[in-house]
Amino acid sequence: MSAITHPLRSLQIPERWNAAPKWVRIGTIVLALALAFYLPFLNILPFAYVRTDLSPHGSDWASVLFLVVVYMIAAAGLNVVIGLAGLLDLGYVGFYALGAYSVALFGSPSSPVTEWIAQRFGLSEGWAVPFAACIPIALAFTMIAGVILGAPTLRLRGDYLAIVTMGFGEIIRIIAKNADPITNGAAGITNVPVPPGPEIDGRSFFNTSDAERWYWLALVMLILLIWLTRRLEHSRVGRAWLAIREDEDAAAIMGVPAFKYKLWAFAIGAALGAIAGLLFGSKQQYVEPGGFHLQLSFLFVAMVVIGGSGNLFGALLGAFLITYLPERFREFQEWRPFAFGVALVVVMVMRPQGLWPSRRRAREFADRRHEAQEAAVDV
Amino acid sequence: MDFDSLINGLGGHTLDGLFRGSVYALVALGYTMVYGVMRLINFAHSEVFMVGTWTVLGVYTVLGAGEGSGTMMVIAATALALVCAMAASATVALGVERIAYRPLRKKNAPPLIFLITAIGCSLALMETFGYVLKVFFGEPFGRAPVNIPSPLRTSALIEIGDFRLTNVHVLVIVGAIVMMFALDTFVNKSRIGRGVRAVAQDPDTASLMGVNQDRVIMMVFVLGGAMAGVAALLYTVQYDITSWSAGFLMGIKAFTAAVLGGIGNLRGALVGGLILGIVEVYFSTLFDSSWQNVWAFIVLVLVLMFRPTGLLGESLGKARA
Repeated sequence: MSAITHPLRSLQIPERWNAAPKWVRIGTIVLALALAFYLPFLNILPFAYVRTDLSPHGSDWASVLFLVVVYMIAAAGLNVVIGLAGLLDLGYVGFYALGAYSVALFGSPSSPVTEWIAQRFGLSEGWAVPFAACIPIALAFTMIAGVILGAPTLRLRGDYLAIVTMGFGEIIRIIAKNADPITNGAAGITNVPVPPGPEIDGRSFFNTSDAERWYWLALVMLILLIWLTRRLEHSRVGRAWLAIREDEDAAAIMGVPAFKYKLWAFAIGAALGAIAGLLFGSKQQYVEPGGFHLQLSFLFVAMVVIGGSGNLFGALLGAFLITYLPERFREFQEWRPFAFGVALVVVMVMRPQGLWPSRRRAREFADRRHEAQEAAVDV
Repeated sequence: MDFDSLINGLGGHTLDGLFRGSVYALVALGYTMVYGVMRLINFAHSEVFMVGTWTVLGVYTVLGAGEGSGTMMVIAATALALVCAMAASATVALGVERIAYRPLRKKNAPPLIFLITAIGCSLALMETFGYVLKVFFGEPFGRAPVNIPSPLRTSALIEIGDFRLTNVHVLVIVGAIVMMFALDTFVNKSRIGRGVRAVAQDPDTASLMGVNQDRVIMMVFVLGGAMAGVAALLYTVQYDITSWSAGFLMGIKAFTAAVLGGIGNLRGALVGGLILGIVEVYFSTLFDSSWQNVWAFIVLVLVLMFRPTGLLGESLGKARA
């Protein structure tokens, strides 16, 4: 009765994967990674149709890949908050914006903050914090913001938390837009620093035209973060998150300090969002408040939930679909948000557990559905 | 900080706050009722309101009502706009329930999933007015805000210095309060209202006692939608404008109002809406008005931190109090 009906299930992919010899598994992973790194140059015909720059108004393929990976990092972070700890965060864009803004504010020689520091301490004109030092600054900032937001609000019930976090995301944007003396307001900040690298043809290694280099950088970052979050998920902390998600009271009775771990989930999710925002801001070399609308928050949540919340690879799949499909079908420009709305409703109504749920989640959903049917028969 | 202008114009600002707040209160009713019965934030409610404003525009256009209309025309156009906006909003609210929520209720899905479908519905409805209808009918649909020429002429009833009470103020504030009391009486006195309260208190027991839960939920969406329709008419009277995204901020503020008064509590929605309206106007006067939209969120966070059940406490089940 409770068997999960799914056409892919009959292939028994997880079972076969686990049963395969070690060299097959390592070989497959290496191949998949090689393919991922090769993607920007994919030009062999039947496969090249995945490219987004085939039509004249198409967008640059490598830039799209970069954006996909950046959103995948954000989705992986939000998956920790929503999928593992079960906290509904609708203001995730706030952390993403904080990440982008902290690298811009401290790293750009033309931002009001660096100008003020340079003047205050008598540093030379055009001084700025080097890119490498901006990363810890961004992480520290967003993690502190995550704790400041989380400490008073994480005691709230789930849906209240959603609204408060949504407010947070919007407040961050409005501050970025209105606090002219700090953030330069709606005009934004230019000259956002790029990662250091050898100069090629007189241009820096990471520049605006060679987007595939940015893509590779983001991909390396993503792989590292996937590895880290997987380790975290299977640790004591990860088990605590799952326990809190399933039943907070029961977890607390069993000795899990729920509040502390919820705060951790918030801070870690925030840090991942910051990394995504930082990469985004650095590639654009320009940060302005208009890029951090609340709709982006909804998009992030949709990625995690459509992909299958709780399963890291589900969230990555969701991020891929939601970022890639609209870019691939750019011809339908203005229809895209409408189609997205309809698709959200259809997918959720047909498959509330998401496209690729974790096995535990899928069981849970099947169970709930079963309960509902039983209840309906009784009445 | 501009205390002088706040103190000098205190009466006018308060009136202005009540004026805004009464629309927030009416929209908040929809959130509060759905939350009370289903424990779920109906994110698509802001678009229910938005559809109402467009219906008002449609009625005025069909009747040809505008600034120069005669008295009979004004009354007829306003009444018809009211009825049509209520009907349209209620239909949309009901449609959202049938298409997006009911299948999920049958599957007993967790609240997060409802929220996502609601966001999907909200987006689809916004885009319908922002783009899809423009493809078929052209203007006035589309991304640009549309002017709604209100046939009502503004005339001052009382004028003392800066304080100016107009017929529009009276219409909006009194209209909102009357609708609130009508709904409150309906929920407290009628047979259907008793069903609503029963389901809000305990859905399982209510269905054992023969309350049709599906019908109650439909009723709640229809009532909430109709109130959003009234709000839509009053909004157009106030601001003479609508757009495809008119619902977004309104939705957030109305939700804040509902939480402020105690979500699930009908009278709380009225109190919360009016207080939020006044706070917003006062703070916009004190500080720069570009921060106007931040106050709603700050109020919300403070209320949730110090009194998460709102000013009047939650629970539609105990509506009789």
